[in-house]
Amino acid sequence: MSHARRSVLVPSVMAFGFAFLYVPILAMIGYSFNNSRLVTVWDSANSPTLKWYSALWRNQQVLDAAWLSFRIALLNATGAAILGTLAGLVLARFGRFRGRTLFTALTTAPLVMPEVITGLSLLLLFVAMEQTIGWPAGRGVTTLTIAHITFSLSYVAVIVQSRLAGFDLSLEEAAMDLGARPVTVFLRITLPLIAPAIVSGWLLAFTLSWDDLVISQFVAGPGSSTLPMVIFSKVRLGVTPDINALATLMVLTVAVGVVIATVLLRRQERRRERDLRLAAGAD
Amino acid sequence: MAARGLRLGRLLVIGVPMGWLLLFFLAPFLIDFKISLSEVRLAIPPYAPLLEWADGKLVALHLHLTNYRYLFTDSLYVSAYGYSLKVAAVSTVLCLLLGYPMALGIARAEPARRNLLLMLVILPFWTSFLLRVYAWMGLLRNNGLINNLLLWAGVIDTPIQMMQTDFAVYLGIVYSYLPFMILPLYTNLEKHDGTLLEAAADLGAKPLAAFLRVTLPLSVPGILAGALLVFIPVVGEYVIPTLLGRPDQLMIGRVLSDEFFANRDWPVASAVAMLMLLLLVAPIVAFQRLQNNASEAR
Amino acid sequence: MTAADNGAAIAPLSAAQPCVRIEGVTKRFGEFTAVDDVSLDIQEGEIFCLLGGSGCGKTTLLRMLAGFEQPTAGRILIDGQDMADIAPYERPVNMMFQSYALFPHMTVQANVAFGLEQEKLPKTQIAQRVEAMLSLVRLDGMAQRKPHQLSGGQRQRVALARSLVKRPRLLLLDEPLGALDRKLREHTQFELLGLQKQLGVTFVVVTHDQEEAMTLANRIGVMDRGRIVQVGSPRDIYEYPSTRFVADFIGSVNLFEGRLTEDEADYVRVACPELPAPVLVDHGVSAAPEATVWVAIRPEKIQLLRERPEAADNLAQGTVRDVAYMGDMSIYLVVLPGGRELRVTRANLQRKEEEVFQSGDAVWLVWDAASPVVGTG
Repeated sequence: MSHARRSVLVPSVMAFGFAFLYVPILAMIGYSFNNSRLVTVWDSANSPTLKWYSALWRNQQVLDAAWLSFRIALLNATGAAILGTLAGLVLARFGRFRGRTLFTALTTAPLVMPEVITGLSLLLLFVAMEQTIGWPAGRGVTTLTIAHITFSLSYVAVIVQSRLAGFDLSLEEAAMDLGARPVTVFLRITLPLIAPAIVSGWLLAFTLSWDDLVISQFVAGPGSSTLPMVIFSKVRLGVTPDINALATLMVLTVAVGVVIATVLLRRQERRRERDLRLAAGAD
Repeated sequence: MAARGLRLGRLLVIGVPMGWLLLFFLAPFLIDFKISLSEVRLAIPPYAPLLEWADGKLVALHLHLTNYRYLFTDSLYVSAYGYSLKVAAVSTVLCLLLGYPMALGIARAEPARRNLLLMLVILPFWTSFLLRVYAWMGLLRNNGLINNLLLWAGVIDTPIQMMQTDFAVYLGIVYSYLPFMILPLYTNLEKHDGTLLEAAADLGAKPLAAFLRVTLPLSVPGILAGALLVFIPVVGEYVIPTLLGRPDQLMIGRVLSDEFFANRDWPVASAVAMLMLLLLVAPIVAFQRLQNNASEAR
Repeated sequence: MTAADNGAAIAPLSAAQPCVRIEGVTKRFGEFTAVDDVSLDIQEGEIFCLLGGSGCGKTTLLRMLAGFEQPTAGRILIDGQDMADIAPYERPVNMMFQSYALFPHMTVQANVAFGLEQEKLPKTQIAQRVEAMLSLVRLDGMAQRKPHQLSGGQRQRVALARSLVKRPRLLLLDEPLGALDRKLREHTQFELLGLQKQLGVTFVVVTHDQEEAMTLANRIGVMDRGRIVQVGSPRDIYEYPSTRFVADFIGSVNLFEGRLTEDEADYVRVACPELPAPVLVDHGVSAAPEATVWVAIRPEKIQLLRERPEAADNLAQGTVRDVAYMGDMSIYLVVLPGGRELRVTRANLQRKEEEVFQSGDAVWLVWDAASPVVGTG
């Protein structure tokens, strides 16, 4: 009796949950093709239309902001991937050392720290630094990039750490035992093993930066408005159809990327399964 | 010789990320704390120095606790803190109620479907947070999709006011933070040994009893991790209440932002941040304990 | 100097210089002492087994030989050279890991070549040596496979090839057969012995499996709580255990507490409260008269008889409580009047023979004076 109940409860909550996650996005995509300026009135005579997409294309403010966000996201992803990989390596492989507790605290706290606190504190630091050492002069790409790296390196570290945790430490010991120096061990064993984690960490860091509003608001200077900042200021004034178009483009880009990645992963998994069958027959 | 090189390399690998985080994550809090003790001024930057130096000697130390006194006496701040904690707690519970069955459903799906479902949970996580909140604005407005549908169906005669209500805030938060609840829960539930439930059933436990006595207790670390991943950032949430929330009841993130940008009162904004941090120290430490345990167990 | 040079260039060593010398080595992890003042010499070309239960310190000792752990006190010398400041990648020592630690992203060929590449040998030479080694471990044709495309036995042989291709002075093997199933183990054991003979490399094997230690080793070092309690040939360890722990740990044994009643140079008599007659042992023991000692008798050294034999010592009467048929032999549990239970094994020499003794039968147990071992430790 209760078995039957649960077997209905879980799938129905799941269905509701997924509908909850996707209906708003789908509605937004639909309205991006609506001709009416009144976002919620469907003008069936003249829709679907691509006019909001072309309006977007002509909006220099949005394009500039997108270009700025793109550059910062690239810089951030690369910086965060390097620092995060080092941090993940330390967390997964370095055992105990003096300051480990502090190190762990500093790498995991940014995952949950409210953005208003991080943003405000970083801005105060940048101001104080400019006062005392004259760098960073003013606020813009540099401060934005530093701020973004600071919160996104933690995500990379966690991803790299959990990937490394899946591999036995004896792999690196074996390489060392076979005569490889630490740098060789890292380049030939550790790095190839964690490469997938670094790639997904890089992509996540890119997205986090591309997406960030609150911290950017604090540390951006005049004339360095990122895309989320521009969207936010438009959205605060109300719903605007060209934002629907922009959102649709962004969602589709991500969706296509994720679908491609999933297909690739599936293919790799299938090959693996075939190999395992091959191996099973050998003894 | 080799051993020294090894130690040096090790020091470098620890030192670079550590140095970055000390400078750009820890030091800012100290500066924040310092400024929260100073006095607002019409200057650039808009606060008075704590220390006055003359001929290389410290001549005066100006410490002002007024900013903090403010926070405890002005009802604006007190109610904003209280409201933020309430919103965070309620949203966490709502995320758990919705997220737990979803995580369980995904963890118990066949492996092939499991990856697809998991991808569907993660996908929104990769799309813009701001735009997903914005998407709800299109649904919740008085002339939005939901009201139009209800009017069309004849369920209501006049639109329901949904924007700028607590309801909209909860909706937006649950919507945005749901993946943060589901992912750690799924990670935990997926590792459960299926034979445990079989053993429970074999010993006579009905599915509900098996869930309550076996699955639920084992998933406590996942529940805690998910709850903290939602609760802590939501206390300081700024975007969702600004776009969807009540104009008459602000959350503390909004108050901080207003003090800083609109009033240019950096010392009070800093004090607001410090007090928020103080409130969150316990949950943050709990979160880190949990992370450490999880990584040591592996 | 590289490992390869070592293997070829060093002239036959005098017996005076062991391949490995461990001098008073202690390893502490915080409060816990993993290895406690161990001293040991391992000779050129021998197979030495470190045998002990989990947590006895055997793996820590092995990891110190490889250079992954540094001794807290004491020294390790390999060919007379102190290893204190020598990094793992500079030691003429290779290790075969319990998990095999095959690099998952490399082919079999690349795995085996990895160590030679670190020596910066010419490519053609590397290829030749890898090929020869793969053929030695019967993996020709598998060179381009990845580790996950191999069976457990094949992986074990890749791991072995990878650690042997560098021609180390010393090969460390951590539970080398632990991951294989029973049938494969036996076969692989003999393969390993053949390979060792052929290459003449000194082996140090860590294992918790006494059968594995017995078949592989020239000498066994039994470890307990960080200390080496006995070193000797497999036969020594089994027949002449020097401590109660070793007697109990290796094989099955009937152990008694007793008191020395007669103590001569060539024999002793022990009175055990649990046995009706005194135990006569044909070797002396260094203990004070009337001292408390232990006596160990192996199950296969006790004879079962229906009739009372003509003997005054080494004798007991009992009732068969249980018989377990094991195929090649049967195990009898015999209860003495005092309640003590003894374990006796008997080879099943004939196929059609019914069990000679059944549960409930009254029997006499006797053993030779040469069988029991007496000790104080």
